[in-house]
Amino acid sequence: MAIEHADVLRAAHLARVGLSEDEATGYVDDLSRILEMVDQLQAVDTQGITPLAHPLDATQRLRPDEVTERSQRDRFQACAPATEDGLYLVPRVVE
Amino acid sequence: MHDKTLTELAASLEAGEFSSRELCQAALQRIEQLDGGLNSFITVTAEQALANADAADQARKAGHAGPLAGLPLALKDIFCTQGVRTSCGSKMLDSFVAPYDATVVEKLGHAGAVNLGKTNMDEFAMGSSNENSFYGPVKNPWDVSAVPGGSSGGSAAAVAAGLVPAALGTDTGGSIRQPAAFCGITGLKPTYGRVSRYGMVAYASSLDQGGPMARTAADCALLLETIAGHDVRDSTSVARVVPDYSAELDTSLAGLKIGLPKEYFGDGLDPEVETAVRDAIKVYESLGAKVCEVSLPHTHLAIPAYYVIAPAEASSNLSRYDGVRFGHRCEDPTDLEDLYKRTRAEGFGEEVKRRILIGTHTLSEGFFDAYYLKAQQVRRLIRQDFLDAFDDVDVLMGPTAPTPAFDLGAQKDPVSMYLQDIYTIAVNLAGIPGISVPVGFAGNRPVGLQVLAPHFAEAQLLGVAHQFQQATDWHLKRPAFGKEMA
Repeated sequence: MAIEHADVLRAAHLARVGLSEDEATGYVDDLSRILEMVDQLQAVDTQGITPLAHPLDATQRLRPDEVTERSQRDRFQACAPATEDGLYLVPRVVE
Repeated sequence: MHDKTLTELAASLEAGEFSSRELCQAALQRIEQLDGGLNSFITVTAEQALANADAADQARKAGHAGPLAGLPLALKDIFCTQGVRTSCGSKMLDSFVAPYDATVVEKLGHAGAVNLGKTNMDEFAMGSSNENSFYGPVKNPWDVSAVPGGSSGGSAAAVAAGLVPAALGTDTGGSIRQPAAFCGITGLKPTYGRVSRYGMVAYASSLDQGGPMARTAADCALLLETIAGHDVRDSTSVARVVPDYSAELDTSLAGLKIGLPKEYFGDGLDPEVETAVRDAIKVYESLGAKVCEVSLPHTHLAIPAYYVIAPAEASSNLSRYDGVRFGHRCEDPTDLEDLYKRTRAEGFGEEVKRRILIGTHTLSEGFFDAYYLKAQQVRRLIRQDFLDAFDDVDVLMGPTAPTPAFDLGAQKDPVSMYLQDIYTIAVNLAGIPGISVPVGFAGNRPVGLQVLAPHFAEAQLLGVAHQFQQATDWHLKRPAFGKEMA
């Protein structure tokens, strides 16, 4: 399955990675060759084979629905680029 | 001091031949004088290290020294360290000072180990040469025109050059074993779930596993028994007793059944690498092991399956870097979308973007079944190959990498770089443990033997590697780099 310029721009938008038209052109070639290599998978008959999501076939362990963390907002917000009054600052989203 | 193994250093500290402060000071001095030529460290935490060394010396005097008390180590810069920058080799996290310790960091601290700093790596652990780091490439101490391998290239180079006796790495597709092979050290990727991933920056969560990199299998055993074990903070860590790996190193090899996967000795294998590996296998035969050929018929599908699954998981994991809660943020964003897009365009390097784009594409509407589901089905076939092989043999052996370390800048095409991991990647897809052991040289560059065992058979793996190191001296070879310095 080939990948085209529009596919690269679509993926970049979905992943919210800014990409210029020129940069996208550069990725078309790289990604096409990666997908060409990946396409070897299509030749395998996998009918009836259950997909393996976890290498030990394990399922997620459950725990009681109890609060185990204490609030450490100040400490965690110390890593943030911009905060005010305990809130994360982003550009205005509602006028 | 810098030539000694972790086990030997532990004995010297215990015997009072020198203090942890003296030992750590000497190591820090080597880093300061030699690392300019290697670039194996991103951050050196000298002050904190000396304070911890003093604490270890005092604990020893007081008679309650932990199993790793006073021993210097380094951590791949993917492990969160409270109060110390954790960059993951990325501009995105260049300013990120972790607010907590990874579980393995905490465990090493409790055992008394002294962290000297954070080692260089391919950005977000994506790479096989350590050339994808925001902090520049690492050089191989055996030949500074060669790469150290990746993504744990800084850890491997630092150990090989005797800057630290051991380090932690992580392995998603070969990132402990391949740099261990390229740098002539011993590196173990444990079974998936054996070591907690809490506080280890996520790349591909169903494949990532942390593990030890050191001079010997005995040193890896010492580290693994400290860092392994169940952790309620990592839902994929396995609740299973941690064996006393050090105590099981001396198990005899008589009657050990070794399988040689014929797919690991095919086209593309460097003849000098093959010779060194086959010579090592002869040593095993002389120690009483039986050797036969086996087949892992789906081997050729491991790289294609990996380059669907790992980028898909990465595209999801790396969505957290949004310029809001931590890490890099672009200047003067006009709106939220601009904030996300420019932050991520500026913060991520080229290979990381490539994998995010591939992962996003293969997971997107209309492609999911053909790529992701298909790759997961093939993943089961790949794992079944190993399970079937282990019905007949105890361990599998082959080369860790198809070639010795290549020159810096030599692999320009991403797909040919990916093919470097041909013998290591299937192991992560299957979740089994693997170790790389130095077994010789191709020219002036080291060669690694990879040994694989069934899930949770690390004790056997370490024993098999240790027995080889009792009979040979490849693990004692040291590069000329830094030799003049005491």
